[in-house]
Formats: sequence, structure tokens, C-alpha cells
Amino acid sequence: MSHSAPGLNYLNHAKGFKSWALSLDHKRIGVMYMVAVSLAFLAGGILALLVRLELLGPGETIMGPDAYNQSFTLHAVLMIFAFIIPAIPAVMGNFVLPIQVGAKDVAFPRLNLASFYIYLIGAAIAMTALVNGRIDGGWTFYAPYSTSIGNGILWVTSGVFVMGFSSILTGLNFIVTVHKMRAPGLTWNRLPLFIWSIYATSIVQVLATPVIGITVLLLFLEKALSIGIFDPALGGDPVLFQHFFWFYSHPAVYIMILPAFGVISDLMGTFSRHQVSGYKFVALSSVAIAFLGFLVWGHHMFVSGQSAVSSIVFSLITYLIGIPTGVKVINWVQTMYKGSVQLKSPMLYAIMFLFTFSIGGFTGIMLGVLAIDVHLHDTYFVVAHFHYVMMGGNVIAALGGLHYWWPKFFGKMYNETLAKIAAILVFTGFNVTFFPQFILGAQGMPRRYYDYLPQYEGLHALSTYGSWILAAGLFLIAGYLIASFFTGKKAGLNPWGALTLEWTHTTTPPDHHNFHDTPVVTRGAYDYHLAGHLFQNGGEVTELDLGGDGAGAAPEVAPLSHEPAH
Amino acid sequence: MANPHTNQPAHVKHYFVSSEQQFDAAKMGMWLFLVTEILLFSGMFVAYTIYRSWHPETWAALSTALDWKLGGLNTIVLLASSFTVAMGINQIQRGNQKGLLINLVLTFVFAGMFLVVKYFEYSAKFEHGLFPGAAFDPHGVSHGFDYATYNVPYGPQFFSIYFVMTGIHGFHVLVGMGLFAWITVKALKGRFSAEYYTPVENAGLYWHLVDIIWIFLFPLLYLI
Amino acid sequence: MGDNGSVWLPDPGTALAGEVDSLFWFVFWTSTVMFAMVVLAKVYFMVKYKRKDDRDVPAPVEESKILEAAWIVVPTILVLIVFTWGFDVFVKLSSAPPDAYQINVRAQQWSWEFAYDEGATSYTELYVPVGRPVKLNMTSADVLHSFYIPSFRVKHDVIPNRYTSVWFQAEEAGEYNIHCTEYCGTQHSGMNAKVVAVSEEDFAAWIAEQSQDLPPAVLGQQVFAQCQACHSIDGTPGIGPSLAGIYGEEHEFTDGSTAVVDDDYLLESIINPMAKIRKGYQPVMPAGFSALSQKQLDGLVAYIKSLE
Ligand code: HEA
Ligand code: HEA
Ligand code: HEC
Ligand code: CUA
Ligand SMILES: [Cu+2]
Repeated sequence: MSHSAPGLNYLNHAKGFKSWALSLDHKRIGVMYMVAVSLAFLAGGILALLVRLELLGPGETIMGPDAYNQSFTLHAVLMIFAFIIPAIPAVMGNFVLPIQVGAKDVAFPRLNLASFYIYLIGAAIAMTALVNGRIDGGWTFYAPYSTSIGNGILWVTSGVFVMGFSSILTGLNFIVTVHKMRAPGLTWNRLPLFIWSIYATSIVQVLATPVIGITVLLLFLEKALSIGIFDPALGGDPVLFQHFFWFYSHPAVYIMILPAFGVISDLMGTFSRHQVSGYKFVALSSVAIAFLGFLVWGHHMFVSGQSAVSSIVFSLITYLIGIPTGVKVINWVQTMYKGSVQLKSPMLYAIMFLFTFSIGGFTGIMLGVLAIDVHLHDTYFVVAHFHYVMMGGNVIAALGGLHYWWPKFFGKMYNETLAKIAAILVFTGFNVTFFPQFILGAQGMPRRYYDYLPQYEGLHALSTYGSWILAAGLFLIAGYLIASFFTGKKAGLNPWGALTLEWTHTTTPPDHHNFHDTPVVTRGAYDYHLAGHLFQNGGEVTELDLGGDGAGAAPEVAPLSHEPAH
Repeated sequence: MANPHTNQPAHVKHYFVSSEQQFDAAKMGMWLFLVTEILLFSGMFVAYTIYRSWHPETWAALSTALDWKLGGLNTIVLLASSFTVAMGINQIQRGNQKGLLINLVLTFVFAGMFLVVKYFEYSAKFEHGLFPGAAFDPHGVSHGFDYATYNVPYGPQFFSIYFVMTGIHGFHVLVGMGLFAWITVKALKGRFSAEYYTPVENAGLYWHLVDIIWIFLFPLLYLI
Repeated sequence: MGDNGSVWLPDPGTALAGEVDSLFWFVFWTSTVMFAMVVLAKVYFMVKYKRKDDRDVPAPVEESKILEAAWIVVPTILVLIVFTWGFDVFVKLSSAPPDAYQINVRAQQWSWEFAYDEGATSYTELYVPVGRPVKLNMTSADVLHSFYIPSFRVKHDVIPNRYTSVWFQAEEAGEYNIHCTEYCGTQHSGMNAKVVAVSEEDFAAWIAEQSQDLPPAVLGQQVFAQCQACHSIDGTPGIGPSLAGIYGEEHEFTDGSTAVVDDDYLLESIINPMAKIRKGYQPVMPAGFSALSQKQLDGLVAYIKSLE
């Protein structure tokens, strides 16, 4: 039996392309996802910058209408299916979740690797639409427009279908891991909130994604064989397509945001060094949101021709979602109350998140009000709403998580000053880009418009300038993170003084098998008051916490202390 | 048989603490997968229900175009195969490898029979122009019946839904055959025992689901 | 911005739009207040409880069940108020008065056609009388579109093979923008028109004038509003070829054949656009124009002939 030699970790215990490409190690898979997902974000982001540049003034600025329509479509397809859905679960979930539950890997490592390749194949198929014929009309693919355009739609729907499988398999893997592989002592009430939220996300992934599967399959057949289910010219019903589409895509927005909630909970706890207020409420509200999320899809269709009765019911349930979400927001704020708040860069993102996500959420409620949505539907108000929740919610949280776990991932610290500057650039740029869009929308500026009336020019131009500030911030982040590999200080075991297992029970970067001995958990993820002994020497914890609950108990060793040699 | 490093049986992967944990995990994973399958089909069932409620006459009229005798035969074939899978699992639980093999082969054969019958059904439809969607063009007379009478509004939709549902189901049968072929090979190599038969159990669960979905498809499409 | 409009909302053009706005402002301000509370509390805690000593390990706070409950009950009450109110206004927006003046609207990539009971038709301008409820019965000839008048706060999707409707009652004479808000292809952003609200008398006069027999080329020019998204009349090619001075030219098609542009060819190009596809262009011209009346078609041909 071999404990890894000192200095060996998951990054350097084996070398070469194959040791990565065929790795079954959840941490390596997480890192590979990180590379892929960042590339998707970069590509989607560049398209967004082009879209904004075109909108700098009315009329043609840099491209014609067809190029514009394809740009925003591909922007959205990449951002939604290739970036934001896998972003937190597949990168941070993969890396952190097994360690946080005290397991040596996910329940099905092979399936995990397969999910990664399925994702890559799906993304590649979707991207071929670039050369395989035009694909415009937005990420919603509404029939019959989508079946009237070139064959690009066949490729994109196949790509989405394949990426959906990846999402299902990842979710399935995580659910089983959380249920079956928790370390001794890690009861549901002690789970980090990040796990709770990934768990709720996984449930939505498993339940909702098959429906988008069958939907895009039907759309594919509609285009390929004219089966006449959605195309009115053949006797089909286009509104039915919208029901199918949103039945997945609304729950999908919670696939995007729930993991972000998890990250924020962990950040709030760690950087306030305080129990997350209302732990049970925060944990269970994730599940409540996941559940309610299935019942509101019709709020995208208030003016589509669905029956008024359905609109009313959907509107009512839509507001109800605000309540569990509000419970979270309030509890995050309360966590800081009488805490010990440290404003490191990850915490800056958490605080930023409270600001931007709340704006996104409240405007979501406005859109849920039937009479108001009639005016605001398909205007820039909606565009601003969903960028506030997706970019201002999910992406900001993902950036917070990235900064938080970066030292654990790679064992290097990035430059904290640059990180703070970048955070401020991102915050300013983001708000300057998207806040004016609320006003544009309320003034009546429709979305998916290549050209617009001169009266909207000022706000559009402002929004475009904002996108440059935002881009500057994001490129700066990419820059110093990459630089940290070469010039970064070596990261300590637990630089933030966190209490979850990835910080307290494994090395930095983690050992190939995560733990030498299966940890035994004796306190909740945020029970700082039981862990005072860890902080005797200051904020940074430099020793593994093998001492149990801090009452001086002897190190407990789980029955299984063996691992196969390699 | 034991893994020298973990003191666990060889089939237990190093990241599991015990054989039970591994078995439980696999089984839960399979159940979740089946849930996704049900949701996939439920999308189709919703489409079916909606179109049926909009055009009940068309649906009632066109279900007569489907041969309930062949469909019934297939129902029996699938039920039989579900039974043989269950028997196979029962055999291996008692350590009877030969019993497992026989039942696996039988299941495989039944699944094949199902597809052969399906093939005849499909070709009989195609012959008379009963295609999905735009290609729908019923014509020809057989046994004194004029297929052109099937040319009713929303007929194409009926056949679209019929072919998509049975097509996806048929694809699942095909995947099932692949699964059973693979498991048969493993069984031949003696991989399974009374202690370890997780793949057989999971393939069996999958197969029961394929069977159950057919039990719903058959009356909905052929009978009513 | 606008005359009486605010930074946020354009000047309301109907009484009902005013009601939508009140609701908007109610939700806007309650949200702003709640948002401000969240942000203030956050900033205050951030400053007040800033870590002073790295060894600090603050004790947990006793959670107040009452506070937790308050955070559930108060928002619930608020959302119920907003729901009832929003529902009420929505019902008004969806139910046109039975005596409303009806206009048929036909959407097509990428133009609107407004047909009035008296036989008049208009394209880029929707004439309506002030002070009378107007109901639009809308359908589409091809893909989904959506009919939107920001100033009136009305919007509804326009669907092929189905009729949907919006209604409004303009309060003041004037012009208001119409936009298409459901993505419908290349010129989606060009699918605009205007509401022209005029007094009852002017409206009656306009209808009377429209219903008279116009010279074919004048009628053709009006109908041509539907073609402008794709065809210019000044020689610059767009999605379709420019129609300036094409009469008498010899055109080459994708299959290699050629034809001289005469009346017959023009008519065929409009009612059966797929028959001959001009070389260098995509076969995307909609077939729906075959539904135009004979008079309108004659008008179009006369108009195109007259272009230089
Ligand atoms: C996750 C989702 C997501 C994200 C993050 C974004 C990000 C951005 N979006 Fe987009 N957007 C959508 C999803 C998203 N969008 C969707 C779904 C639509 C609807 C489309 C439709 O109508 O169908 C849309 C539509 C849309 C429109 C409306 C188009 C129209 O209706 O005509 C506009 C216009 O301003 C826009 C702009 C932007 C901008 C400026 C950003 C910026 O925030 C982008 C900034 C990013 C970068 C500049 C890249 C930098 C990256 C790196 C440097 C890589 C390094 C990596 C790390 C730091 C980790 N988006
Ligand atoms: C991460 C993604 C995400 C998230 C989390 C949300 C969250 C919400 N969304 Fe959003 N939404 C999108 C992504 C998302 N949305 C996208 C992509 C679209 C457009 C798709 C397209 O057409 O292309 C869209 C569109 C959309 C519409 C349709 C608009 C239209 O097309 O006309 C509506 C309407 O109801 C809506 C509502 C909501 C609501 C009520 C929430 C709620 O979950 C928000 C809850 C949060 C809060 C309310 C804030 C915090 C709460 C408190 C501080 C407590 C007190 C407050 C109250 C009780 C009110 N969204
Ligand atoms: C969606 C865009 C679109 C609209 C709207 C449209 N057309 Fe066209 N039109 C085309 C395209 C593209 C072509 C060239 C391909 C072809 O010949 O079909 C064309 C060709 C033509 C031609 C033949 C021109 C030539 O040079 O040979 C005529 C005439 C014509 N259109 C008239 C009309 C009229 C009249 C209308 C309105 C009632 C109209 N079009 C509306 C796209 C459009
Ligand atoms: Cu018509 Cu957009
Ligand atoms: Cu939604």
C-alpha cells in the first residue's frame, strides 16, 4: 500500500497527454471541463462584443443583418448550452463535490469521462452550423421559422441533443454520489450548501433535460421529414413547440442559477467566518425552487396565444418562486451580521452577486406580472433581465468560485490587487452594459433587432461602451490567472480558513485519491465556533484538520485506510 | 478473487468502501436513468394526447390502419422476454450460470422477433403510402379495402406520432439487444456469480421499462 | 424623454396604457425599496463587521424564527397584491369591447397589411379613429410575427392558420410606432409600421378616399410597401434584385435559361416566385403574394413598369 510520496498530487502524479485525456480522476476531468467551458465563454463573449459593436449606431455598423442574426443566435447557443449549463456543475462540481462529500471519486468515474467527451462532441456538432448552413432566429428555435431556414438547424439541434445527454449523465452521477458516497458523519444537515445546490440542480437536470431531448428530436424530424407536428403549413401547432421548449428551458434557468446559489453560500460562510444563517431554509429552498421551477414555463408565452387561464396560473406560480429565492438572499445578508467579514476577491464577487442578481430577480418578478409583460415581452427589458441573472448571477458567482478554489485547483495564488481591480471593472462594465437595456426595453426597443430607431441610439451606444469595460475586466482575469502558473506564490493548505473537507482534509493541490484516509466528519460545514483551534495562528490555516471537532479528540481513522497502488 | 489492496472482492472499485455501496450506487444510477427515459417518452405521450384530443375522429379512424393482431403478438413476445430476464436474474442469484445463459439467449431471441414483426408492420404501411408527415399518401387496395379512405385531415400527424413513438421504442429494443449480447459474452466468460450480477440486474430493469412502455403504446395506438 | 413620458416609459397613448403604467410603477417602487434594503443592510454589515483580528471566530447568532417568517409572509402578501392587480389589467387588455371597430391584419415577411371593412387596404400606416375602440384580427401568411405598439402597451403574437387579436382606443391624434417583436428572418428589424390616429371625420374621409378607384400605378405603389424590405427602386440590390428599370431587360436564371421582362414575367414573378429564380439570388421570395387581388396585381405590374 502506498501513500503518495510527498509533493505528489493529482496534477503531477502522472504526465503526458494520455494521462489527462483518459483520466478517470474527477479533478482532472473538472480541469478539462474548465478549459473547454472557458473557450466556449470566450467564443460566445467575442460574438457578444461583435453584436454590441453592430448596435453602436443604427443601420449597418460592421455587418449586415444576416451576419448579425447569426451572431446573436450562436452567441446564445454557445453561452447557454456550451457554457453556462456545464460551467459550475461540470467544473467546480466535478472538482469539489466528491471531496466535499469525503469520497475518493464520483460514483461512476467512467461515465464522468464519457460525459465530458459527449459534451465536446455535442459542442463540436453545434459549432459546425457555422459552415453547414445558416442558423439564425435565436436560441429558442421557434417553429416554423426554424424549419424554414437552411440545414444548420439540423446540426444545432443534434448538438444540443448530444450536449443534453452529457448534462443528464453528470446530474445522475452527482445524485448518486451525494446519496451513496458521503463520508461517515456527514449527515444531510452537515452538508456544505454547495452540495445541496448541486444536488438540487442535478435533479432538475435529470428531470428536465430529456424533454428538450425529445423536443429537439421532433424539431429535427420536422425539418428532415416534415412530420407536421409543429409546422402550421402542414397542420401542426407552433405554440405546442413553445410549450415543449419552455418546459425544459425554464427549469434550465434554475440549472444555471442553483449552482451559483451554492457557491455564494459557501463564500458567504467562509468569508464571514460564520454559520450561514438559516442553513435549513437555504438548503431546502434550493429544492423548493427546483420543484416550482417546473410549473412556470408558460410565463414566456403570455402573448403567444396560449389560453388566458394558463397565463394566469403561470403568472401566480412565477411570483411564488421569488419567495424561496428571497429567503436565500436575506439569509446571505444575515450571515454577515455579527460575523467577521473579510473582503478578499472571492467575497467581492459574492457581494456583487447580491446586487446584480437581486436586480435580475426583481425584474423577473416584473416580467411575471401579466399586464406588464405584455408591454415588456421580447424587448430589451427581457434581454437585460436575463443578463442580470445569467451574467450577473451565474457568471459572477462562477468567477467568485473560480477565485476561491483556484489555489486548491492549481496550488498557486493569483495577484490579489489585480483581482480586485478586475472585479471592479467587471462590476462597472456589467452594469453600464446592461442597465441601459432595461430602459431601452421599457421604452419599447424590441430584441433581436439589427437596426433601430434613432431615438434609441444614446442608450445603445452607452451599452456598447460598457461591454468594452466588461471585456477589459474579463481579459484581465484570464491574464493574471494564467500568469499565476508562472509567477504565483505557492498556495497554502487553507488560505481562506474554510471548514469544508476540500480545505481541511486534503493537500493543496489535492492528492490523486483525495484522502489518505476516508475522513470522519464531526461538525457542520460552517460550524466555525467548533473550530476555533484552527485559527489560533491567524487567518490562514496551515495544517490539515485531522483532529476532529476541536475538543482535542484523537484523530479518528475510518476502517478503510487502504488504496490500490499504481 | 480479492483485491489485494482493499481486502474487497475484485469487482469492487477502489473508490467504493464496500461491495454493497457499489451495488447500491449502480442500482440507484440505473433507476435515475430509467426516470429520464420515462420523461423522454412522456414528451411523446403528451404530443399524442394533445393531438388526439384535438382530432379524436381522425385518431379513432386511423388506429384501424394498424394491425392489432401483429401488435398483440408483439406484446406477447415482449412480455415473454421480460419473464425470461427475470428468470435469468433469479438463476444467477442462486448461482446457476447456465440457467442465466439460457435465459439471456432467449431474451435476445424474443427481442429479435419483436423487431422482425415490426419490420413487417412497417413495410406493410410503406407499401400503401402510410408515411409520416409530408410524405403521407395512402393509396392502393388490399383485401378489398381502399387505403385512400385514410386520406383524412391530420392523418399525417397520426402517422408521424405513430412512427416516432414506435421508432424510438424500436431503437430502445435494438439497444437492449446490444446490451444482452454484451452480457451474454460476459456470462460466457463466467463473470457473474451469486455475489456479483449488477449488470444483469440493471439490464433487466432497463428491459422491463422497454416492455412497460410498449404496454402503453399498444392500446393507445392500436386499440383506441 | 417623450413629452409626458418618463425616462422609463414612453408617453401612454391610451387610457389602458396609463393603468399598465400605474401597475408598473407600483412594482418598480416596491422592488426598489426592497432592493435598497438588501443593499443597505449588506453594505452596513460589510463595514460594521469587517474582520479586525485574524483569530476572531464569531459565535453563531441565535436565529429568529419570527424574522425568518416575516421574510416569507411579507413578500407573499405583496406578490398576491401584484398578482390580482396584474390579472385585472390583463383581463382588460385581453377583452375588446363588443362594439370595437375591426381591422384585419395580415403579417408576412416583412410587412404588414391592414384591411378595413370598407374595402380599403393600407400597408405602412394603420389608420384608426381617435376615441373609438379598435380591434385588430391578425393572422400570418408565413412564420410567427408579433404585433407591438409600445405607446399603447399592447402586443400579441401573429400566428399562421389562426386568428389572434389586440385592441386599443387611441386617446389623441398622432403617430405611434408599430414593431414586429417575434423573430421572423433577415428583415425582422425592418418590419415596422405606424399607427396614424386621426379624428372620426378624417378617418371617414380617408376611408372614402381609399375606397375610390385609384389609377393602377398609384395603387401599385401603395401595395409595393410590402415589397420594400427586399426590393429597392433605386438600383441597389438587396435580398431581391432592384426593380428599377427592369422592364424590357433580359434576365438570366439559376437554371441557365433567360427571359425578357414583360408584363407576363412580372406577374409570374409575383404570384409564383419559385418558377424562375434570378441568377445570383436565393429562392426566398414568399409565395403568399398570390393572394393579392387581381386589381392589386395589375397595379403592381403597372407600377414596376413605370419605374426607371
Ligand atoms: C450565459 C449566458 C450569456 C452571457 C454570459 C452573455 C453575455 C453577454 N451578452 Fe448575451 N445573450 C444570451 C446569453 C448570454 N449573454 C442569450 C441567451 C441571448 C438571447 C439571444 C436570442 O435572442 O436568442 C443573448 C443576447 C444578447 C444580446 C441581444 C441581442 C439581440 O436581441 O439582438 C446582447 C446585446 O447587447 C448581448 C450582449 C452580451 C454581452 C455584451 C455579454 C458580455 O457579458 C460578454 C462578456 C464576455 C467576454 C468579453 C468574453 C471574455 C472571456 C474570456 C476572456 C475568457 C477567459 C475566461 C475566464 C475569465 C474564465 N447578448
Ligand atoms: C439564470 C437564469 C434565470 C433566472 C435565475 C431567472 C429568474 C427569474 N425569471 Fe427569468 N429569464 C431567463 C433567465 C433567468 N430567469 C431567461 C434566459 C429569459 C429569456 C429567455 C428568452 O426569451 O430568450 C427569462 C425570461 C423571463 C420571463 C419572460 C419574459 C418575456 O419573455 O416576456 C419571465 C416572466 O415571468 C421571467 C421571470 C423570472 C422570475 C420571476 C425569476 C425568479 O426566479 C427571480 C427570483 C428572485 C428575486 C425575486 C430576487 C430576490 C428576492 C428577494 C430579495 C425577496 C423579496 C422579493 C419578492 C418576494 C418579490 N424570466
Ligand atoms: C422576402 C423577400 C422578398 C419580398 C418581400 C418580395 N420579394 Fe420579389 N424577389 C425576392 C428575391 C430574393 C428575388 C430574386 C429571386 C427570384 O427570382 O425569385 C425576387 C424577384 C422578384 C422579381 C423578379 C425580378 C427580376 O429581376 O427578375 C419581381 C418582379 C419581384 N420579385 C417582385 C416583387 C413584388 C412585387 C413584391 C411585393 C408584392 C416582392 N417581390 C416581394 C425577394 C422578395
Ligand atoms: Cu415579423 Cu419579426
Ligand atoms: Cu422562465
